[in-house]
Amino acid sequence: MRRALSRRGFLAGLSAVGGAVLAGCNKDAYMPPHFGGLLDASDALMMSVQRMLLSEQSLAREYSRADLSPMFPVEGTSLPFDAGYQASMDNGFVDWRLPVEGLVVRPLSLSVADLKAMPSRTQITSHSCESGWTAIGEWTGVPLAHVLELAGLDREARYIAFDCVDGWYDYLDLFDALHAQTILAYGMNGGELPVEHGAPVRLRVERQLGYKSLKFLERIRVVDQPERIDYGDAPRLFHYAWYAGI
Amino acid sequence: MTALPRHSLAVRVAHWLNAIAFLFLAVSGVGIVLGHPQFYWGETGYFGMEPWLKLWFEPSFEQTSWGRNLHFLFAWVFVVNGVVYVVASLVSGYAKRRLLPTRDELAPRNALAEIAAHLKLRRPRPGAIAGYNLLQKTSYLVVIFVLAPVMLLTGMAMSPGFVAAFPDLTVMFGGRQSARSIHFIVANLLVLFFLVHLVEIALAGAVDMLRGMITGRVAAPEKPS
Repeated sequence: MRRALSRRGFLAGLSAVGGAVLAGCNKDAYMPPHFGGLLDASDALMMSVQRMLLSEQSLAREYSRADLSPMFPVEGTSLPFDAGYQASMDNGFVDWRLPVEGLVVRPLSLSVADLKAMPSRTQITSHSCESGWTAIGEWTGVPLAHVLELAGLDREARYIAFDCVDGWYDYLDLFDALHAQTILAYGMNGGELPVEHGAPVRLRVERQLGYKSLKFLERIRVVDQPERIDYGDAPRLFHYAWYAGI
Repeated sequence: MTALPRHSLAVRVAHWLNAIAFLFLAVSGVGIVLGHPQFYWGETGYFGMEPWLKLWFEPSFEQTSWGRNLHFLFAWVFVVNGVVYVVASLVSGYAKRRLLPTRDELAPRNALAEIAAHLKLRRPRPGAIAGYNLLQKTSYLVVIFVLAPVMLLTGMAMSPGFVAAFPDLTVMFGGRQSARSIHFIVANLLVLFFLVHLVEIALAGAVDMLRGMITGRVAAPEKPS
């Protein structure tokens, strides 16, 4: 059955997926930003194949509340060792701000209240850690695409970089950053996002492994060229793939 | 001593590529399992849930990085080589000619005799080596057309990217952790097959068997006087 498409609906849909389509036409959407060596080649092949299969921006599977895991494992940092963070935590994160800066038209500085006033999305998804476990959680937050639209991307914008209070750093390309299920989550399982799961705001990237869903967000930067993730002296064999779709 | 043709060049190349991929996949798979050495049924599974299988060692989180990198590199070798082999062997008739058991072989009398011969670890009769016997054909068919595809599909069913594109992948195996359990069980079956394969080669004459898979030719059986 074909659904009639109104001009208004068409335009709304166009603006929603516009960025994603633009990203989809670009080779950036099919290739990782760094390339060299056999392991990078294998990662690039994986990303290209998956991006072709996901070119219509399919959603990750969503579950019902009955499927929620009674206990959601805490991975990585459970409490950042940072005086400023802990002071902010003690007063309920009222002074916490999330800067959105870099290649944007209007740099932002968002409080938790600002984010909660924006359009929200709640999704119950399956979270898989690269170490092997899987749990189902419910996440509530603002689509990252909405925040980026408020800030307005410059023409050169290619990647969205995330700095975290606990020192983690990672970045998404626009294909995943603008996906409907990529949200800045402030709620979990119907309540506030607990500290051990990355309060006050964490990222959710549902079509990749758990390590892309960074906790304890500190800053969002829009960049044209991402910095390599620092693995110290560790050889490439011991790095984690930037594209974590498998 | 004359030499008889045994394996075509295509079969030999596919065999050794697969052997390399298999060894790397098995070893890197162990590295990945070390990160969470227990298994569950259903979509979810984590420390705190009751596993159906808990391996005897403590988890080690340092091994998954190299494990995952090598696993997904050699998965491409396994998949590309395997797809070419399966398509070519079906199209050329090789699978039917060399791997499909004949009606005579499947007759209960012959089947039982072959099973008995294997259980007694009897060396193959001279001349019998020209083709595969019933148990060989059966195990090769199961490995190539059942276990290998199940490994590929359960592997993909654990990938958040592939599952977002094809949600039925996890549904058909009963959830991501079920797919992980099946992947582990079938990996063990493949390792078992590999060990039996080595034993059988040793029994049949390792030098001649290796020669057959490298040069393509084996020693001709001595003519009965």
